[in-house]
Amino acid sequence: MLGLATKDFVLLLVVAVLCLFAPVLLNPFPETSDLAQFNAGYPDLMQRFVIFGIFAIGFNILFGLTGYLSFGHAAFLGVGSYSVVWMFKLLNYNIVPGLLLSLVVSGLFALAIGYVSLRRSGIYFSILTLAFAQMSFALAYSVLTPITNGETGLQVYGNDPQYLQGDSAPNIPHLFGMTMRATETVEFGPWLWQFNAGYYFCAVVMLIAFYLAIRIFRSPFGMMLRAVKSNQQRMRYTGLNPRPYTLAAFVISGMYAGLAGGLMASMDPLAGAERMQWTASGEVVLMTILGGTGTLIGPVLGAGLIKYLENILSKINDNILHQWFAFMPDGLEDFLVAIVHPFIGKGWHLTLGLVFMAVVIFLPGGLVEGGQRIGRLFGRKKPAEAEAKAAAKTPAE
Amino acid sequence: MGILEVKGVNKRFGGLQALGNVNLSVAENTVHAIIGPNGAGKSTLLNCLVGKLIPDTGSVMFDGQSVLGRHPHEINQMGISRVFQTPEIFGDLTVLENMMIPCFARRDGSFRMHAFEQFSHERELIDKAMHMLEEVNMAEKKDMHSASMSRGDKRRLEMAMCLVQEPRLLLLDEPTAGMARADTNNTIDLLKEIKQKRDITMCIIEHDMHVVFSLAERITVLAQGTPLVEDTPDKIKGHPKVQEAYLGEAAH
Repeated sequence: MLGLATKDFVLLLVVAVLCLFAPVLLNPFPETSDLAQFNAGYPDLMQRFVIFGIFAIGFNILFGLTGYLSFGHAAFLGVGSYSVVWMFKLLNYNIVPGLLLSLVVSGLFALAIGYVSLRRSGIYFSILTLAFAQMSFALAYSVLTPITNGETGLQVYGNDPQYLQGDSAPNIPHLFGMTMRATETVEFGPWLWQFNAGYYFCAVVMLIAFYLAIRIFRSPFGMMLRAVKSNQQRMRYTGLNPRPYTLAAFVISGMYAGLAGGLMASMDPLAGAERMQWTASGEVVLMTILGGTGTLIGPVLGAGLIKYLENILSKINDNILHQWFAFMPDGLEDFLVAIVHPFIGKGWHLTLGLVFMAVVIFLPGGLVEGGQRIGRLFGRKKPAEAEAKAAAKTPAE
Repeated sequence: MGILEVKGVNKRFGGLQALGNVNLSVAENTVHAIIGPNGAGKSTLLNCLVGKLIPDTGSVMFDGQSVLGRHPHEINQMGISRVFQTPEIFGDLTVLENMMIPCFARRDGSFRMHAFEQFSHERELIDKAMHMLEEVNMAEKKDMHSASMSRGDKRRLEMAMCLVQEPRLLLLDEPTAGMARADTNNTIDLLKEIKQKRDITMCIIEHDMHVVFSLAERITVLAQGTPLVEDTPDKIKGHPKVQEAYLGEAAH
């Protein structure tokens, strides 16, 4: 189906269904319950899930297949955001021209950075990409202020030309008139479901990106990239120059990042230089490794987990903790709150760090490997049961 | 005029003269062995042929064209394949995928995206790869993870990967290194079979005299970076200089 093997098509279908029902699935707790704060089904967060999913899928094409660890992918994210906001400023609030421009600009940017960085491999490559990204970040903050609006961040002002802006067109980002902020809220008993246009647009883009990634993974090109990771020496002595392959992978993954950045700015028409900072580059590395490097679905899961922890854990504060532990004696309550305190609110990075360490040590293949192990656990029981049954039958015969 | 002509090649590493004025001519469709004690410069010579090292002076001509200054992948495209001393295969890939890489390389030569073609649709190339795997008796292992195979299997896979490219010159760097006697004999038979079935020139670097004398039609003896003698196996066996430089030493 769609040029995919059955297994891959099923995976794509599952992801599509999950995306479609995410506003319901991510809101499992009724609004009135105490657990409602664990609900992730609000538009802003769901948009971030899929946008960072795209970012991580693209990063995985480079890191997962070729093994080249880029520490500068945030630069493409930033470039994509700036492209979109500039299109808002110059043309109108329709997001299509901006997204197309973000693909083109981030692709060219990736071509330039990749051409230089890919002369080296291993740690030197990582450092080169990091240097380029930090350079872009610093430039965006200072010298390039006319283009990036420096510390304030690039945004649309009333006196911007917006040559194509019609009188009746919405004054916020939209797709041919459908605004990204448009949200249909459905109340179902105590549940509250928000169906947001922006989220669904991003989800569709992510599904396309995911589909393309599957095709790349399963294509001869994907096989070449895995060959690059496996043994460059053999590749050269087989008559293949690894450079064009790695460069193509770098550009593709840069364009994915640019698209993700463009979508971010499409949801919220603001682009700041901090989007290019090295912490953002590091985050996508964490997402990919956490989810499962080189797997199809892993990066999306990793992106989801990190964004969930970031948004949900950081919202829990001491007052909420006191409520939770209220049933305990006072001394014990304070003690427990004091213990949990460093892991929540601003301390969510500590939790993330611990989760990351646990995954890398116990599940080197990431969440996907965890899923496979659980699957095998159940899979192994079945033959064992069958054997037991067979053994039970034999004496009777 | 041989298919491979090495003339006056010198290579120096600091104070060490690794190769001194090496002349070598490998005739087309023959098996040519290069032997010599450790440190004689055999591997250095091989590295000069495939573009890994560039000689300080001299010339290396393959089929009338100079290979010097070309990248390894360009030299491969001229028709030279190399089997390494420790098998160099794509460990993360399955056996069949390992075979597919050289198949694609042969078809496309230089870079081509083929990002939206499907691996399973490359019927013609898969057949070609499978055919080659059958020749080296590895067809039933096609879905195995290649890193988990035995050394002998890896070596056979590497040979198959080189041969599927239909090279005109196959360079083998100690193809039986670290193998048991039975495996060594299998490899010898395999190489003989391969040679019989196609027009191919082989250049073998080898330590094992048994292998060399069973396969080679001509032998060059290298000692301390210079060729001592070049002759047929029978003559080499009895050559006093060789006895002294190599066989004598090995007999200790």
